[in-house]
Amino acid sequence: MPETDTERTRQGWFEERLGLSALREFLAHKQVPLHSATIWYYFGGITLFLFVIQVLTGILLLLYYRPSPAEAYESVQFIVTRVEFGWLIRSVHSWSANLMILTAFIHMFSVVFLHAYRKPRELTWLSGIALLGLALGFGFSGYLLPWNEVSYFATKVGTDMAAAVPVIGGGLARFLRGGDDVGGATLTRFFGFHVAVLPGLTTMLLLVHLALVQRTGMSTPPWVKDANPPQMPFFPNFFLREMMAWYGAMGVLGSLAALFPWDLGVKADPFASAPAGIRPEWYFLAPFYTLKLIPSHVWVFEGELLGIFGFGLLAVWWVLLPFWATNREGLLRTRWVTGAGVALLAYLTVFSMLGYWR
Amino acid sequence: MAEERRTLVRWLLGGGFSASVVSFLYPAIRFMSPPAVPDAAVNEVSAGRVQDFKPNSGKIVKFGSRPALLIRAGDSEWRAYSAICTHLNCTVQFQESSHQIWCACHNGFYDLNGKVVSGPPPNPLEEYAVRVRGDEVVISRRA
Repeated sequence: MPETDTERTRQGWFEERLGLSALREFLAHKQVPLHSATIWYYFGGITLFLFVIQVLTGILLLLYYRPSPAEAYESVQFIVTRVEFGWLIRSVHSWSANLMILTAFIHMFSVVFLHAYRKPRELTWLSGIALLGLALGFGFSGYLLPWNEVSYFATKVGTDMAAAVPVIGGGLARFLRGGDDVGGATLTRFFGFHVAVLPGLTTMLLLVHLALVQRTGMSTPPWVKDANPPQMPFFPNFFLREMMAWYGAMGVLGSLAALFPWDLGVKADPFASAPAGIRPEWYFLAPFYTLKLIPSHVWVFEGELLGIFGFGLLAVWWVLLPFWATNREGLLRTRWVTGAGVALLAYLTVFSMLGYWR
Repeated sequence: MAEERRTLVRWLLGGGFSASVVSFLYPAIRFMSPPAVPDAAVNEVSAGRVQDFKPNSGKIVKFGSRPALLIRAGDSEWRAYSAICTHLNCTVQFQESSHQIWCACHNGFYDLNGKVVSGPPPNPLEEYAVRVRGDEVVISRRA
């Protein structure tokens, strides 16, 4: 249908003020490499989509949630039992949090196995890992907010692990708890982290991460020998496929939230024993089970300290992956990286399963 | 001369800007650090009446703002410990079947003297003194 004069005038008005032709030009030239592993490119976008769901459902929950030990549990109970669709909104929030962490892990491991972290994408890797850390921070801080038995003890254990860090541990644990013990001050603090500090940091870092992805473009795996591999236009081809992936993610999320509504559990009682079978969220199960296995003392060291030191070393080693992935001649150590990725994935999978069932 | 003046101005501007950033951040960082709120010093609490505790049972009682575990091991055998696991701060419980103190978080076991039997706890539980005054059970901090 030919454009009318009115449409042309309107487009010209917006063009003069927004300069949209530059964006159109950028989108028209943006390409996505086509190869056997292209499907893994979609997981970053799905993670972003789930983050948006988190923000939207989180804002809705804020309308009723009250962050104090006397009211937190009851306010969530009110949301899920009295507010229309409250159970669904809370369930979608909880399920999308878990799915977001799952897709973030899939995205990270796909970057490892496709070797997309390599030069010049080191900063993209670092910003991505920082985003994963923030996502885990969201999980840890949000877990306490319903103020139930499991979340209370998980927070006690988590903040006590921080206390074991040499030199700064005591101060760090006090900073996290807002005092010497997990209590009301911890709840308001975690609420502040969860709804203000972490979203602010995540949004900023997300913009940096996306800008870096735009700057360097999509990485092609090293085994694609063709110097000019086939490509598909980002817009509309890749964009529409990504939208379909988001739609699929929405379907999975909606089904899980509706068929398996998130349990609220029993209200936290600081003067009750930790219940049998207590365990953290699935993404903290591997370190949880490892800490269970380490004996009280290993040679002259306290087992707990040794475990936390080991996790710290493992995290630093993983964060620095792009820098040890190349040798002095600048050649990629693909086998080392793939081996390390398989080993880490196997450790996380096996120990998470053991942590769940034992 | 002009170059030196430029360097001086750069230092003054940079220094002033850095100082102002520090002056904004310092109060914010201090604000986030929680003030020390002293615990009301509790040295002794009444845990309940003797008949509230059956032999071979344990119960969590309030000891100030912290939980304590009171165990009636036999008719006249009482033990009390801080209920905070020395591993990662969870609250322990008395396990009647094994006659031991158990932490459900990481499967740590202590014996009835508060000593570590198995699992990851690095230190024994802090022990409290128990006295029976008439039909009242009293727990107190050891001197």
